[in-house]
Order: sequence, then C-alpha cells, then structure tokens
Amino acid sequence: MRAYALSRLAQTVLVVFLSLTAVFMMVRLSGDPVLLFMPMDIQAKDVNEFRQRLGFNDPVPVQYARFVAGAVRGDFGESLRYRRDALGLVLERLPATFLLAATSLLLTMCVAVPLGVLSAVHRNTPLDHAGTVVTVLGQATPGFWLGLMLIYVFSVRLRWLPTGGTGGLAHLVMPSIVLAAFFSARIARLTRSAVLDVLGAEYILTARAKGLRETRVIGKHTLRNSAIPIVTLAGLEAGQVLGGAVITETIFAWPGLGRLTVQALLNRDFPIVLAAVFVVSVVYTLINLTVDLLYGWLDPRVRLR
Amino acid sequence: MSAALRRCQLKAWLGIGLTVAVVVAAGAAPWLAPHDPLATDFAASLSPPGSPGHPLGTDQLGRDLLARVLHGARLALFIGVCTVVITAAVGGVLGLVAGFVERWPAALLMRLADVQLSFPFILLAMTINAIVGLGLRNIILSLSAAGWVVYARVVRGEVLSVKQRDFVQAASALGMSRLRVLFRHVLPNVVPSIIVVASLQFSSFIVAEAAISFLGFGVQPPTPAWGSMLSESRDFLYVAWWLAAFPGAALALTALSVNLLGDWLRDTLDPKLRV
Repeated sequence: MRAYALSRLAQTVLVVFLSLTAVFMMVRLSGDPVLLFMPMDIQAKDVNEFRQRLGFNDPVPVQYARFVAGAVRGDFGESLRYRRDALGLVLERLPATFLLAATSLLLTMCVAVPLGVLSAVHRNTPLDHAGTVVTVLGQATPGFWLGLMLIYVFSVRLRWLPTGGTGGLAHLVMPSIVLAAFFSARIARLTRSAVLDVLGAEYILTARAKGLRETRVIGKHTLRNSAIPIVTLAGLEAGQVLGGAVITETIFAWPGLGRLTVQALLNRDFPIVLAAVFVVSVVYTLINLTVDLLYGWLDPRVRLR
Repeated sequence: MSAALRRCQLKAWLGIGLTVAVVVAAGAAPWLAPHDPLATDFAASLSPPGSPGHPLGTDQLGRDLLARVLHGARLALFIGVCTVVITAAVGGVLGLVAGFVERWPAALLMRLADVQLSFPFILLAMTINAIVGLGLRNIILSLSAAGWVVYARVVRGEVLSVKQRDFVQAASALGMSRLRVLFRHVLPNVVPSIIVVASLQFSSFIVAEAAISFLGFGVQPPTPAWGSMLSESRDFLYVAWWLAAFPGAALALTALSVNLLGDWLRDTLDPKLRV
C-alpha cells in the first residue's frame, strides 16, 4: 500500500513536471515572448527594458532553470495584469470551480445513475427507449449551446434565474446543469451496460432464488458490483469536466479557475496560464488517485500494489 | 433480441441518413444558400425567421442566417475531416511503431501520451491556439496536436495483440522483412479500430472547434463558423433568439448524426472497443 502510494506520488510529480515543461517551451519557442506579453502599441525602448527586467535576454536553458527553480517553490511569477502572485490568484479561484464541479457531480449521480439503472432493469421497454433517446441527444448537445438556450428560456423569457455571476443558489442552477449534461449522458449509458452485465451474473440469480425483494437485489447486490466501471469513467472524465468548466464558467461569468484561464490566455498573461496548468494537473492526478483508492473499498478483491 | 436488433438498425439508418443530409447541405451550400453569407444589408438587420427572402432571419449586420449556417457546415466538416485525417495518420503510425518495436523510445512515447491524456482536451487545444496564433490552419494544428494520443493508444494495444497471432508469427518465420510484416499483415488488422476511433472522434473535434471559436481562440469573424456565430449571438440574446438557436442546432444535429454513425461502425467493426 505504501509502495503504491509512493509510486503514484512519483508519477504525479512527473506528470506535473512534463505538463509545465511543455507549456513553458511552447510559450518560449513561439516567437518573442515580450511581444506576446505586451500590448500592440508599445515603444521599442520599453520593450527592451521590459525584456531585461523579466530576464528574457538570457539563453532559454537559463530561463528554464529559473522557471523550474521558481515552480518548485510554488512561484510562477507575478501576473502581468493583476500585478499579484499568479499561483495565489489561481488558488483563490479554485473553491468556486470545486463548488460548481461538486454540484454537477451530485446532479449527475442523482439523475444519470438512476436513469441508467431503470433503463437496464426495464430493458427494451418504452422507458428504456426513451432513456436511450435522451442520452443520445444529451451526448450530441454542446454544453455552450445548451447554456445559451437555458439563459434565453429561464433568464430572458421567464426571468426565473440570473444570467450569470455568483450569489445565491439560483446562480448555481444553470451552470451546474450545463456542466452535468454531457457527463450525465455518458454516465447513464455506461450505468445501463454495467448493470446489464451484473444482472446476468449467477449471484443475482441466487439472490432472487433466495426470495430477496427486487429492490434489495438491485440496490445491494447489483449496484455495488456495477459501481467499478462507473467510478472509473467518472475519474477519467474528471479532466474533461475541468475542460467543460472552462466553457461553462465563461458563459455564466462564474468566477472560477476556467474563466481566469481563458482571460489569462486572451490577455497573454502567461504566469497565470502556467500556474493554472500546474493546479489542473495536480488536481487531476489527485482525483485519479482517489478513484484508485475507491476501488479497494468497492471491491475488496482489488489489492493495490 | 429482435427488438434490440431493430433498434440498432433504426439508429444506423438514422445516422447514415442524417450524415448524408449534413454532407449534402455542406457541399451544396453555395447553391442552396439564398444569399452570400458575408453580404450585409443594414436595412434588414435582425429580421426574425420567416421574413421574406430570409427563412431563418438575419443577424445584426443583416447577413442571411441560413446562408451562414450552411456555410458554417462546410467549415465544420472541413475542419473535422482535416483533423481526423491528420490525427489518424500521425497517431496511427506512432501507435503502430510503438506496438511493434517495444524498445524504450516507444515506452517513453506512450508515457508522454499518458501525460497528455491527463490534461483536459479543450484546455490543451485552446492553450496551443493562444500561443501559436488564431485562424483556420492553426486550429486544425492545435486540435490535431491535442487529439493524436487516442489513436496511438488504441492502435498500440491492437498491434500488441495482433502481433501474437499465428499468421503474423508465420509470416516472420517465413523470412518476411519486419517492415513487410508490419504493413502487409499487422496494419490491415488494425484499420477497423482506426476507422471506429476516427468516427467517434469526429464529432468531438467539431464540437471542440466550435467551443474554441466560441471562446475567441479559433476561427475569427466574419468567417461563418458556428462557434464564433454563437459567440456573437450572446450580445443579441434579448432581441434575437434565432442567432443562438440555429447555429447551435446545426452543430448538435451534425454531432448527433456522426455519433450515431460512429456507434453503428463500432457495433459492426469492433464491438469490444472502448474509447
């Protein structure tokens, strides 16, 4: 168990290090970084002074060493726009993104899993067909379009919900629905096929033969055993949820990590971009570590090595 | 069982029919469209759907929305096809070599692929775009750079299993060169997987392109791309719902038809494949 945790930790460090290196290289090798960082109408003298000050006149390996030395200490430099520590800015936005992601995960689990189970249990009935149509449509609907349409219906027409920003629970409704929509479609499809697999197993036949009530057969014997593929997909999709958060947060002006990253990219504020890449890759690997540890709890046969 | 089979066939026919319809609409856009997608007509700006001469209405500059949506289909399919071909070729060859060679460069390549997969696809493509610059060519490049990994992984896995099969062993034993074994015997057996992955990736590339253009990093206005049209429509949501509704519906319809086609291809060519 300990060796496993250690090797996973080493992998995490490697993933984070490689992601940062890749983004650093792309930024540095794609032309003059100062011109990327600076507004269009700047004087040549100022450019040179700025270059000197930020150390861009040094050779790339020296710059890279300096970057790594800073990154190890959690120092990604100062945001060019906000004039503040980049990592601090990114971490400040993290709770908002977590709140959004957690709400939509909860929504997914409350809607998609029951939908998938119902479809599997009532296989080839009108209910199952309706479920398939909903999930196929859900998978094809782009999140940002769904967001715009929800805003039109619930904010512009009905005036029930705010168009964006933060505040009360009402602000959370549409962003979490949009973020949950795509994810839910995949989870519902996977739940259906996982439950169907388990329903064919002999211990389910045994449970039924013992005279257990159907709710217990499904609720206890089937669900727990079909949880592994569902949890695996949820973990793998975590990265795509972070990607979806980028779009959702932009549409609904939600002050999270995704919106900050988009703005930083638009403003060419690369210290923030690098800090965001760092935080996203750490969060993603931690989520997958949690998923691996969950396996052992869901299925005691799984021993982590 | 027959009900399931019928449903499968229904989905397949729906997928094929819709895909053909989208391709025809995109191909014949210059002839189907009632107007030039870039021609402005300020007198008729923001006309609602059903206005004379403008079945889907017009935008803030009086450009015909139907023409823009149809031309948007051309652009979306063009980007989708280019990206899928590039990623399939690059990822396919790398996966083929990585599965066949099994020395340390291959292992390193696959580790790098794992690292890349751990990063959100949209965020990666968007970051590349923000750095290398905007525009049509760059968005194809950034989507390809972000998307080749899936092929490399799937193809490598397939090659590892095909390599063990008797006919491949026999071909090597007969003294066939390694390159010939690779291209004559291994490659044809992994092509179905490549086709299935390509069809399943196609819609995610189109949607990703629209999302990136929506955020302002992709195809720039006035080129009629669905993503940038949706982005512009946000400012007019209170007065002109059609500007947001139709480009998005076209995008969803395209994604739906290609998804259905992809599901069918997977069921017939490679039912075990999980992407």
